[in-house]
Amino acid sequence: MSLVLQNVSKKVGKATHIHDVSLELPAGSLNVLLGPTLSGKTTLMRLMAGLEQPSTGRVLFDGKDVTGVAVQTRNVAMVYQQFVNYPTLSVYENIASPLRIAKVPRTELDARVREAAALLRLEPMLARTPLELSGGQQQRTALARALVKRAPLVLLDEPLANLDYKLREELREELPKIFAATGSILVYATTEPSEALQLGGNTATLDRGRVTQFGPTIEVYRRPVDRLTAEVFSDPPMNFVAADIARGVARLSGDVTLPCIGPLSGVPDGRVTLGFRPNHLHLRRLDGDAVSIHATVSVVEITGSESFIHVRHAGDEWIALSHGVHELKPDHPVELYLDPHKMFVFGADGRLVAAPLPAAAAA
Amino acid sequence: MNKPFDNRAWFLVLPVFLLVAFSAILPLMTVVNYSVQDTFGNNQFFWAGTDWYVQLLASERFHQALGRQLLFSAIILLIQIPLGVLIALCMPRKGWTVSLTLVLMALPLLIPWNVVGTIWQVFGRGDIGLLGYTLNRIGLDYNYVNNIGDAWVTIVVMDVWHWTSLVALLAYAGLRSIPDAYYQAAKIDGASRWSIFRLIQLPKMKHVLIIAVLLRFMDSFMIYTEPFVLTGGGPGNSTTFLSIDLVKLALGQFDLGPAAAMSIVYFLVILLLSWVFYTVMTRDENERQGGAS
Repeated sequence: MSLVLQNVSKKVGKATHIHDVSLELPAGSLNVLLGPTLSGKTTLMRLMAGLEQPSTGRVLFDGKDVTGVAVQTRNVAMVYQQFVNYPTLSVYENIASPLRIAKVPRTELDARVREAAALLRLEPMLARTPLELSGGQQQRTALARALVKRAPLVLLDEPLANLDYKLREELREELPKIFAATGSILVYATTEPSEALQLGGNTATLDRGRVTQFGPTIEVYRRPVDRLTAEVFSDPPMNFVAADIARGVARLSGDVTLPCIGPLSGVPDGRVTLGFRPNHLHLRRLDGDAVSIHATVSVVEITGSESFIHVRHAGDEWIALSHGVHELKPDHPVELYLDPHKMFVFGADGRLVAAPLPAAAAA
Repeated sequence: MNKPFDNRAWFLVLPVFLLVAFSAILPLMTVVNYSVQDTFGNNQFFWAGTDWYVQLLASERFHQALGRQLLFSAIILLIQIPLGVLIALCMPRKGWTVSLTLVLMALPLLIPWNVVGTIWQVFGRGDIGLLGYTLNRIGLDYNYVNNIGDAWVTIVVMDVWHWTSLVALLAYAGLRSIPDAYYQAAKIDGASRWSIFRLIQLPKMKHVLIIAVLLRFMDSFMIYTEPFVLTGGGPGNSTTFLSIDLVKLALGQFDLGPAAAMSIVYFLVILLLSWVFYTVMTRDENERQGGAS
């Protein structure tokens, strides 16, 4: 079983919500749709589910064209950001509802409901109604309803976004395991790069209705094909700076020069954009090749174990992510270290020219 | 937890107490005062105790008016609540037709009671009224002045025309508050139209429907102007509802004592029935909260 989107696009009036998307999701795979709000994640899911029909292109399920097939006959399951359950039915009846509609025999229904409830640890709550449950339990009920269906395609639209931090961590870890056993294709939409990395599997990065890249999550993270993908897949946002490469050095604005080593070596002369993640802009020299930079502090956000240091440097605004609490005063100078080994190089067209080596990232 | 206690807080609730006292409690107390006394004018009062209450509760006339009143409210609720919900379900959810529908639905609500009565009084007349004339021409013997059934039908239709919009608008507001995800989820499950109504729409409309039922009950139970304008409570006493009977007693016969006693009983009946409605409709919720805590 696999789901294939062929050149799918969706126009509503004059606005194009999805631009020519082609994806192939293999059976039993976990696929993350990663993109900011309004990037088209939900629309793409609705197209996959059959809740909406594509304006152009085809949707193939298991090799069969299901483009015009109504959602009721497609056997998909979907879980939403809001906790959607039948308010007057008990948790048991809520989980059983898709099976009742499918007219599953009573003994089998009972066994499947109890199995799903056990997996999502809802057994003590089966007799209650959703309104008597906590948010986490309500979403577990919705997840159990999706699980019990044994649908070959399960769509999770930011399912953990309305839960508090601890529950989110807990469920995120369990979710792929629970659904992996079913062999279904799992599609998981999120706005958070860290969530995509924790889930693993494949990631499709979305930007304004376009899939910019699709591949194994860690690959997409390490080698984003272009600047847009790198922007989507970085939180806090990736820092960018224009540079001119000539005679073995990269000259940045603000009279900073980086030696062309690591990813920069072998980049042809000319104008490029360098990108580096906030956790690679350091307050201390960690690498012998690192270059010192004099920047000005804009603001510092301290989260406890980490500090987000917003700085200005020659017209660019960067963020440095540093462990520990750093109390730096706004508008004061700060010395930062830029590691040439950690540079992403993007050409004038925004395409990736060179990326840091994974080995260098690990070192 | 240690709650700070400050007597000055009473100053904050004092205005409400005063307002309620002057607008509700004091007028009610004067009625209570009348209901336990007898007067022959000249401001001469004689203590009557519970006599008026005993007399009232035993009176055939009161029983009949109360019976008519209960029947009328029952008919009104049984028609207006389902009809209002049905209309709300058919109302458009987006586009320019939404505002148009809302305005059209609100129009009957803007018309004063006595005007509604007058409109239908003329509308139903056999000689010049469009409705009455047409019905008579197609062979139906329709005359609200002489025929008890026709008078009732006219008043019920009038009230349905006047107030179903309110129920529809309240139900519509309830429907609009349901997130789209619920409908999508039901669609993915393959739920039927009836299941969607019973399991999603009705539970989500419940709270506004409680308000609609209470409002329509209280209002229909106090109906006065429309039957008064249409037939003055006739033919005979057939449309003499509690409020019309009360006005006849108080102003027609100037029996202030019995009328005051009737007002009190009338008030208590409304209070009791509203409480019953509210308790019954919120019962499973209270049980659940009790069970959960």
